[in-house]
Amino acid sequence: MKAKVYVTLKPSVLDPQGKAIHHSVELMGWQGITDIRQGKYFEIALAETLDAERARALAERLAREVLSNPVIEDYRIEIEEP
Amino acid sequence: MKFGVIVFPGSNCDHDAYHVVSKHVGQPVDFIWHRETDLSAYDAIIIPGGFSYGDYLRAGALARFSPVMQSVRKFAAHGRFVLGICNGFQILCEAGLLPGALMRNRDLHFICRHVHVRVENSDTPFTHMLKQGAVLRLPIAHAEGNYFCDDATLDELEREGRIIFRYCDERGRLTDTSNPNGSRASIAGICNRGRNVLGMMPHPERACEDLLGSSDGSAIFNSLATTIAKMAES
Repeated sequence: MKAKVYVTLKPSVLDPQGKAIHHSVELMGWQGITDIRQGKYFEIALAETLDAERARALAERLAREVLSNPVIEDYRIEIEEP
Repeated sequence: MKFGVIVFPGSNCDHDAYHVVSKHVGQPVDFIWHRETDLSAYDAIIIPGGFSYGDYLRAGALARFSPVMQSVRKFAAHGRFVLGICNGFQILCEAGLLPGALMRNRDLHFICRHVHVRVENSDTPFTHMLKQGAVLRLPIAHAEGNYFCDDATLDELEREGRIIFRYCDERGRLTDTSNPNGSRASIAGICNRGRNVLGMMPHPERACEDLLGSSDGSAIFNSLATTIAKMAES
């Protein structure tokens, strides 16, 4: 089983990297791109002995306690069953 | 009195801090490897600058799980002194010993130069030898020094006098251009409610000798040492 964790900056937090990318994209002449925000993506392989519920709980804890900083970031989890 | 300087894999200002304490403050000091857990011999702990764990994930995010950090937490809870400089400040925020977070600099660059900071509160164990409003010239060297906190936290820091240093110009004025990294409210250093834990992005340990361009940082270490000496007397 695999967990996919997406960590993104909270909407209230400025993202200077995303802004720089957006600015460059505008300079390149791309049309219709109104904003870009950059985040992090983790692929986590989980032990086969875990059922879906325990796998989600484990990934949830990892995302909350290690992969994200609650002061500035949110996270979202997807569990991919084999 | 004894100081300890914590060494993580990737710390690189540990020797500077050690040098300043032993040569300028004139007090005994040990290096403490991050796997150690016994801090009972120390009166003050310095968490130095550098790139602990290569800054992987987020600056300071992995260092906070090192065994020594559990002990630092208890050490701080007992009112003993902790000074986090640069990466040390980032680690203290990640560990929840100080509020807020240090994000990527506003202009995305790694900034390495001298800046001015204003002493916002001289009534702390770390700053009592400085004048309120004094302007210090200290070097910064970071890519993630952009201090962020929510409105409620900022109000609390202001109200409780816990903003210790703010970036300013050479005359002590707060301007947009004197804020090198986009920090909220120009914050360069804050302390905890007990005033025994200080985190700051500028490097006072690199500014203790005129030969290095400034000796303004030495008052911070000397303030701390005299505080500890006074506590030992009473």
